[in-house]
Amino acid sequence: MKSLKASTNITKTIIYVVCIFLAILSVFPFLVMFINATRSTFQIQQDSVSLLPSKYLASNWAVFKGKSFNPVVGFVNSMLSSGGATLCAVYFSSLTAYALVAYSWKLRQPFFTFILAVLMIPAQVTGIGFYQFMYRIGWTNSLLPLIIPAIASPSMVFFMRQYLLATLSLDIVNSARIDGAGEFYTFNRIILPIMKPAMATQAIFTFVFSWNSLFIPLILLTNSKKYTMPIMVSLLRGDIYKTEYGAVYLGLSLTVLPLFVIYFLLSKYIIAGVALGALKE
Amino acid sequence: MRNKGVNYAKYGYIFSIPFVLTFLIFSLYPTIFTAVIGFTDLRGMGRTDFKFLKQPFDNFVLILNNPTFRKSLGNTALIWIMNFIPQILLSLLLTAWFTTRRFKVKGQGAFKVLLYMPNIITAATIAILFNSLFGYPKGPVNDLFMRFGWLDAPTNFHMQKWTARGVVAFIQFWMWYGNSMIVLIAGVLGIDPTLFEAAEIDGATSTQIFFKITLPRLKTILLYVLITSMIGGLQMFDIPRLFLWGGPDSATLTASLFIYNQAFSGSYLYNRAAAASMIMFFIIVVLSVALFHLMRDKDEAKFRKAEKLRIRNAKKQGELV
Repeated sequence: MKSLKASTNITKTIIYVVCIFLAILSVFPFLVMFINATRSTFQIQQDSVSLLPSKYLASNWAVFKGKSFNPVVGFVNSMLSSGGATLCAVYFSSLTAYALVAYSWKLRQPFFTFILAVLMIPAQVTGIGFYQFMYRIGWTNSLLPLIIPAIASPSMVFFMRQYLLATLSLDIVNSARIDGAGEFYTFNRIILPIMKPAMATQAIFTFVFSWNSLFIPLILLTNSKKYTMPIMVSLLRGDIYKTEYGAVYLGLSLTVLPLFVIYFLLSKYIIAGVALGALKE
Repeated sequence: MRNKGVNYAKYGYIFSIPFVLTFLIFSLYPTIFTAVIGFTDLRGMGRTDFKFLKQPFDNFVLILNNPTFRKSLGNTALIWIMNFIPQILLSLLLTAWFTTRRFKVKGQGAFKVLLYMPNIITAATIAILFNSLFGYPKGPVNDLFMRFGWLDAPTNFHMQKWTARGVVAFIQFWMWYGNSMIVLIAGVLGIDPTLFEAAEIDGATSTQIFFKITLPRLKTILLYVLITSMIGGLQMFDIPRLFLWGGPDSATLTASLFIYNQAFSGSYLYNRAAAASMIMFFIIVVLSVALFHLMRDKDEAKFRKAEKLRIRNAKKQGELV
C-alpha cells in the first residue's frame, strides 16, 4: 500500500510538471509578442526574448500609422461581418431546429438526414464556384457574402435540435396555442428565451470562427477598405514591415487582444461548449 | 393534438424555408458551379465567360499529373500525420491523467483554459507570430536555443524543408491538442461510473482500467476526433500560407494553398483550381460519409433503445392491468 502511494505521488509530480510546461507553452509565444510590442526594433535585434516591457509602444504605433495597416478598419469590418453572421446563424438555426422538433411533417426525417449529410462539407473546397458566383452578381468587396450564407449552418441546426429535444416540452407550445398565440409569435416570444443558453454557446463559437476565417474573405475582398482583421494581419507579413520588428509584434498584439478579452471572460462557457460539442452524437 | 382540426405540419415546412433557400443558393449552387468550371476553359483575371472543353476531363488529367499538386497532397498528408499522432497521444495521456480518480489533479479547470487557448486565436496571427519567433539570424527561438546551449550558431529555420514542415505541424498540434483533450475528457465523463467502481473493487490498476474500459468505450469519440481532424487538415491554408508562403521550395505547400495559387495568382487558372477542388471535395465527401454513418448509427441506436423501453413499459403496464 505504501509503495502504491509513493508511486502515485511520483506520477502526480510528473503530471503537474508536464501540465505546467504545457501551460507555459500556450502562454509564452503570446507573452513574447506582447512584450516585444513595447520594445524598439533595436532592442529586439539585440535580444529578442525579454520578460521586461520597454517604453517604445508609442513609437511602434507611429510606424504603423505611416503604412497601409489600419487595424481600426479591420476591426470594424470584422465586427460587422462576424456579428451579422452570428445573428443570422443563431436565429435561423434555432428556427430550423424548432421546425424539426415541434412539428411532425412528412419530410422531417429526410430533412434531418440531409442536414447530417452536409454537416461537414466545407465552404473552402467550393470557393472557386462561390467566387465566380459572387463576382457575377457584384458581391465581391462586400461583407454580405460573409454574412448571408450563415443562415444555413447545418452543424448549428444539429446542435440546436439536440438541445430542443432535451429541453422543450410540447405542452408549452400547446398552451400557447390555446391562448391564441400564432406559431411565429410562439417561436419568437416563448421558444427563443428557452434556447438562450444554447444560443449563447453557439454564438461564441460562430463569432470566433467567423472572426478568424481567412480563405473566403481573402478571395472576395480586394479593396483595403473592406479588409477583415485576418487579411489586415496578413499585410504584416509583407515587405513594408520587413525590418520593423516592434511594429509587427504590436500589430499582431492588436489583433489578438479582442480574442483574449472574449476568451478570458467567457472561457468557462467556451470549454463547456467544446465538451458539449463532442457529446452531440 | 391532431384531432383539433388545425394542421400545424405546414409550419415545419415554412420555418425551414430560410435554411433551405440559403443552402441551395450559397452552398449547393457554388458546389455545382465549381464542378462545372472544372470542365471548362475558364481562366484569366476577372473573366466570367467560358466554353466547355472538347476533352471534358482535360483539367482533371492535367491536375492529377501535375507534380506540384501531387507534392501538395503529399505535404498535406505528411503535415497532418506529423500533427495528429503526437496530438492524439498527448490528449489521451492528459485525458487519462485528468480522469483517473486516484490522481485527483488540482487546477484542472485552469489547465483546460490555458491548454485550449491557442485554438481560439486567429490562425493568420499565429502563423505570422511563429514566423517572427523563428526569425533568423535574431529571433526568440534562436536566442533561447543558443542560451540553453542547444545551438552553437543561429539556424535559418525557414530554409530547411523538414524544419519548416515540422513547425507547421507543431503549430497545428499546439492549436488543437487542447480541443481533442476536452472532447475526450467529456467522452470519459459520459461513461457509466459504475464500470470504473466495479473495476476498482476487482483490483484493476489504473493502467488496466484505461486500456480495458476507457479506451474501448471511447472508440466512437476517437473516430469522431480522427475524421473531423482529417477534414480540417485537408483544408489547411492559413498557417502554411502566412508562415512561409508554402516554402521553402514548396515544402509546406498544402493542397488548399495550391488551389488558391492556381486560381488567384499567375494566370488565374480557375478551371484547374476547380478541378483540384473537386478532387479534394471527393476525398472530403468520402470522409463525411464515414462520419455520417458514425453519427446516424448513434442517433438511431438511441432511438431504438427509447422505443424498446417504451414497449417494455407498455408491456409491464399491460401486465399490471
